[in-house]
Amino acid sequence: MALLQFSGSPHIHTDESVKKIMWTVVIALIPTMIFSFLFFGIDAIVLTLVSVLSCVFVEWLIQKFLLKGKTTILDGSAVITGLLLAFNLPSSLPIWMVIVGAIVAIGVAKMTFGGLGNNPFNPALVGRVFLLISFPQQMTTWPKPHYWFTQPSVVTDATTGATPLGVIKTGIAQGQDVSQLMDTLPTYVQMLLGERGGSLGEVAALAIIAGGLFMLIRKVISWHIPVAFIGSAFVFAAILHLVNANIYIPPSYHILSGGLLLGAIFMATDMVTSPMSNWGKIIFGIGCGVLTIIIRVAGSYPEGVSFAILIMNALVPLINKGFKPKRFGTHKIKSI
Amino acid sequence: MKTFKLGGVHPDDNKFAHQSSIEVFPLPQQAVLFATQHLGAPSTVVVEKGDKVKVGQLIARGDAFISANLHSPYSGTVNKVDLVADLSGIKKTAIVIDVEGDEWEQDIDLTADIKREITLSPSQIVEKIKEKGIVGLGGACFPTHVKFLIPQGKKAEYMIINAAECEPYITIDHRVMMERTEELLIGACILRDILSLPTVHIGVEHNKADVINHLKEVAKSFKGIKIHTLRTKYPQGAEKQLIKAITKREVPSGKLPIDVGCIVNNVNTALAVYEAVQKNKPLISNYVTYTGKSVKQPKNYLVRLGTPIQSIIEANGGLPEDTEKLISGGPMMGKAIANLDTYITKGFSCVLVINNKEGKRAEINHCIRCAKCVDVCPMGLEPYLLAPLSEKSNWEKMEKMHVMDCIECGSCQYTCPAARPLLDWIRLGKNKTGAMIRARNTK
Repeated sequence: MALLQFSGSPHIHTDESVKKIMWTVVIALIPTMIFSFLFFGIDAIVLTLVSVLSCVFVEWLIQKFLLKGKTTILDGSAVITGLLLAFNLPSSLPIWMVIVGAIVAIGVAKMTFGGLGNNPFNPALVGRVFLLISFPQQMTTWPKPHYWFTQPSVVTDATTGATPLGVIKTGIAQGQDVSQLMDTLPTYVQMLLGERGGSLGEVAALAIIAGGLFMLIRKVISWHIPVAFIGSAFVFAAILHLVNANIYIPPSYHILSGGLLLGAIFMATDMVTSPMSNWGKIIFGIGCGVLTIIIRVAGSYPEGVSFAILIMNALVPLINKGFKPKRFGTHKIKSI
Repeated sequence: MKTFKLGGVHPDDNKFAHQSSIEVFPLPQQAVLFATQHLGAPSTVVVEKGDKVKVGQLIARGDAFISANLHSPYSGTVNKVDLVADLSGIKKTAIVIDVEGDEWEQDIDLTADIKREITLSPSQIVEKIKEKGIVGLGGACFPTHVKFLIPQGKKAEYMIINAAECEPYITIDHRVMMERTEELLIGACILRDILSLPTVHIGVEHNKADVINHLKEVAKSFKGIKIHTLRTKYPQGAEKQLIKAITKREVPSGKLPIDVGCIVNNVNTALAVYEAVQKNKPLISNYVTYTGKSVKQPKNYLVRLGTPIQSIIEANGGLPEDTEKLISGGPMMGKAIANLDTYITKGFSCVLVINNKEGKRAEINHCIRCAKCVDVCPMGLEPYLLAPLSEKSNWEKMEKMHVMDCIECGSCQYTCPAARPLLDWIRLGKNKTGAMIRARNTK
């Protein structure tokens, strides 16, 4: 028999591993991916493939030739970044831009900080925002999705359409009324099923929610960030809507439009870039929600989720300092 | 169902031996008894080479305030008093006895009768507990009588019996509660009567449903026993967590259970108290589980102190082929056995054989800030920050981050998906920080 081992307790370990967590997130992203393929066809498939492969390849290149260390591309984190980056891009984006986005996401936002676990900002969002600022025109040209269940025969490859939030932004800027605008926008049912313009992964709300529930059940995410994010966005948008319904759209429409659900469920919950304590997570979520609505209604971009999450990412170290977990034994003892 | 609120994990139960009845382990030919088998000041050896001893005879005396007596579990001759290596390989004073027959001291009641009536006064009971060398059998081996010397200005309101047995694998509490139910309930009542309290509270985890039913059934013939069913969660059996689960009180940082009016004793301690007070029998034996995933027949034994650990393994046909580690105690808080050539002591509860599948540590990854360690910490600490501070030897910062509150339950390291050795570092940091604080206080 071999020599017996000797080490400190605990002597057993859970089955969980970083790899398992990452691949669970990948599985949770699959419904959204399938819907994006259905809506945007071959373009979406190519874009997703290019994004994932270039993210993984860039990570491998850096680890192999720059850091000359162990490669960890199989842990699934680069795959997630690739998928999320693709989900945040319009399907018509030129392929070379996708590759640039992947290089920025992995090369700049992740590996420069020391790889998985050390990056302060969500890599996919950094990649997306880099592209948005560098190529604003291409990044805001949205091909209309193929409405496969209501108009199966219509081929819409060539047409482009604005996102609901874009329509509202330009409409209000031109002095139109929200109630008028709402008539031209997709209905709630259409929004839920993804019958609207937008990035690959943000259109099918139901698929995103399904993925989120899967991650919740597998305990990869906790409820705090999504609930605080969506809840605070809803409350803040509702207040604005109550103040002036002519220029502020209903809160539920805010929730379903743009990347809010994708952001709240898949991007803000990124373990590495979110706070540690439950109260910290709630504060983080509220910050994301409020900032999103502020940027949407007052900023020059129609969409604010990416910026909101990145700003809150920057505040995470501060939140971690300010919101410590509740310690045992800090209650006042009742007199005995 | 009651439980503690903060943190906690759910490792697999693996209570393989919970159905196998307690067997009396045969006496060894030669036994080795460490003179000090408790937490506190060392005991003085009162026998010499060549002395004849009987079962129950005092062989080491605890003179200090926090100390405990030790009695011979064997009849025979003292072979020598020498330094012997303990579980961790550290040499300690021990009494080696050549076992001859099994002759007991006259005043020990060896009949099987169960004595219900408590005739001694509270102070006599405490004296008896002290005299018979009873220590806390939950693992810490703190002299039991000291717990009942309540400091001035404090008042005990809850007498709690810890029957959570939250560690996976170990089944001695389970078996004792099934087989020696009446005796241990009398023991619990004795402890309750010392404090003149109306009720004694027994906390049992829900995964032992048979025990809960059985205890409730037997407790019907007693007055003032309350059985609490606790939702299964590790570390329910940790003193502070158990107090929280049963009384909703939180022992403040750096304080003792008595500061919130609680005294906690293990079930096995309650049984030992029964035997000491009602049968005049000192603490000379232990209940020990022999178990593990690769062990063919996991068993529960009643073992006399000083029995070689090897003999338990040999009685079960030697170690399984795939043994990776041997643990004294449970898999979460137990100590890895560094020296197999050693002997059973008070509070030794389990020989756990960990096979190479579950014992191999996974490759260490970067911390991904998943916050699972923060979620599971029952003390509300931040293991992900404490461990790196310990790596950097930053004891001052660790003190500020309350490392001294850590109960070393291992939940953080158990749950870490990146397989980081969190508790290894925190334990080191806690030792160093504690030493730093002590040095500062003695200045």
